[in-house]
Amino acid sequence: MAEEWPLYRVIGDGANHPDRVEAEVAKRIYAQMVLLRTFDEKTITLQRQGRVGTFPPSIGQEAAEIGSAAALSKDDWMAPSYRDHGALFMHGVPFHHVVLFAMGKGSSIDGEAFVLPSSIPISSHLPHAVGLAMACRRLGEERVAIAYFGDGGTSEGDFHEALNFAGVFKAPVIFFCQNNGWAISVPVSRQTATPTLVQKSQAYGVHGVRVDGNDALACYQVVAEARERALGDGGPTMIEALTYRIGPHTTADDPTRYRPPESLAPWTGDNDPLVRLAQYLVQRGVMTVEEPPAIWAEARQRVNRAVEEALNSPPVRKEAMFDSVYAEVPDALAAQMEDLAEEEAPDARN
Amino acid sequence: MPAINMATALNQALGQMMNTEPRLVILGEDVGQNGGVFRVTAGLWETYGAERVMDTPLAESAIVGSAIGMAIGGLRPVAEIQFMGFLYPALNQIFSHLGRLGQRSRGKFRVPLVVRIPYGGGIRAPEQHADSAEAPLVHTAGIKVVVPSTPYDAKGLLVAAIEDPDPVIFLEPIRLYRLGRAEVPADLYRVRIGPARLARTGSDVSLISWGAMTHLALQTAEAMAGDGVSVEVVDLRSLKPMDEAMIAESVRKTGRAVVVHEAPRTAGLGGEVVSVIQEHAFWWLKAPIRRVAAYDVPYPPYAWEDVYLPTPSRVMRAIRQVLQD
Repeated sequence: MAEEWPLYRVIGDGANHPDRVEAEVAKRIYAQMVLLRTFDEKTITLQRQGRVGTFPPSIGQEAAEIGSAAALSKDDWMAPSYRDHGALFMHGVPFHHVVLFAMGKGSSIDGEAFVLPSSIPISSHLPHAVGLAMACRRLGEERVAIAYFGDGGTSEGDFHEALNFAGVFKAPVIFFCQNNGWAISVPVSRQTATPTLVQKSQAYGVHGVRVDGNDALACYQVVAEARERALGDGGPTMIEALTYRIGPHTTADDPTRYRPPESLAPWTGDNDPLVRLAQYLVQRGVMTVEEPPAIWAEARQRVNRAVEEALNSPPVRKEAMFDSVYAEVPDALAAQMEDLAEEEAPDARN
Repeated sequence: MPAINMATALNQALGQMMNTEPRLVILGEDVGQNGGVFRVTAGLWETYGAERVMDTPLAESAIVGSAIGMAIGGLRPVAEIQFMGFLYPALNQIFSHLGRLGQRSRGKFRVPLVVRIPYGGGIRAPEQHADSAEAPLVHTAGIKVVVPSTPYDAKGLLVAAIEDPDPVIFLEPIRLYRLGRAEVPADLYRVRIGPARLARTGSDVSLISWGAMTHLALQTAEAMAGDGVSVEVVDLRSLKPMDEAMIAESVRKTGRAVVVHEAPRTAGLGGEVVSVIQEHAFWWLKAPIRRVAAYDVPYPPYAWEDVYLPTPSRVMRAIRQVLQD
């Protein structure tokens, strides 16, 4: 079955699709991937210092995160899971919000980006993306919706219900599955008896594509093609991006309990998605060898600034948790707000 | 004004709102050509087409979950769950997302979604159709829960629910769909979500109920009037938010209270009503408050239905007890 789902690849050995990514876009993807790696490493450090809470890094998945989101239009709807901060800031969320979210101080989203709050219960946001896509079509808008989830997410009922709905209603939606090998400690072989995840799309009449998830340009192209398909009334697409979670599930997880360090070998070194893209762009003449160090330096600066901004943000108002629950605060809830106002306790944790 | 039953009143509300609100869409199982198993959406598919009245696959989580997406995306969806006993696959959507997205997005998104659910028992349906699971819904932050007991409230509350910027769970007592007719204005009108309805005034004891139990309460009140007992009936009709002021006012007047609901007794919403009375009317109480509820057993096959659900005689016994205590 795996042979029926060849890996879509643009970069390196076994490339089977021409590179159709404009040079400027490719360079921007690289810079954003560097930013994401830098951000993850910085946030892990902050977590160890006790300055932010539990954090799920996406180290190793930068190509899938950034390449996919780079192919979207700014008006497209995004329904992310908790490990998709890379896609979030690629889609326009100011990334100090990701730090605020990790600090427990706010939403993962803000500003004008068309992004739902990161969904934590696995795959429960996939039906939202289907509904958003159906709304876009009903309202005559030239937009699609994309949902991000992982290999473990394909075991949830909502994955199957959402794909089935999308197929029946021919919704302009993209299901972007990052198969990173692990659902916390459980390998993908314990999520499914099928050799691929993408083949599940067939059961629902959804177009399926399997892509090299560590090839940023391939990820970009499959999403761009899925987007065209959706807007051309060709219906939904499920993309399985094969990648690997280099780091822990979250900062609270210790992967040495369940996988040997040598399992990382095929996914690191020259196979690291950042290294692969940098080498390719230099080889293609899009980037000089001098450029990456400057890109890394700029990323460190930007991340430090964003982190400073988040860490220096004012303490939250304790009443703010009531503010947006309802459009108008019901009387009984107003009484509870007054009760909170009586509290002598300091404002919520900074 | 023409006299119509509750199913017709709901159908009128949906039809008139479909006509005035182009963003309104309806989705659910058998809601299209079939008009819904209770015929509440009858005629709408013919008038507004399959794009706005959508028969969905049998997938309750995706019905509520996709409707959440539609609501955020700019539509005004009304989702139908076929029976309350079929709601549970959608509870993850309701518990995990429906009431949270306003706060989790810091007010960037509102979810103007109505989930209609045929509710409660009493029509000899198979035993997994007839649940009264209002308590876990009322316990869920960020949503509203209403349940009409008259055709007038059914239409007015449904219009208000559709226009509400926040999610509303709309419970429809299946026993009341076709139980009697009442005069209902032909035009659109709203019944505000929140205030309870004083269904009958009395002076000796307050009966507090909602949904089909309000009819039981009114029946019982009428029967006891012959014995010289004056029973007041408060129909909550909005379970969340709950009209604590009217509950308190009634019990301060009568000094005695019985709460009637058709959900099982333990951890039922009656416990919450008792707490409201205790907090706001304790010093006016002349007797302990009593609850009349379904028994703490799974909803039984319908041969037992009449004795599982509260009966007039159980309500009368409870009233006599509080009058003697």
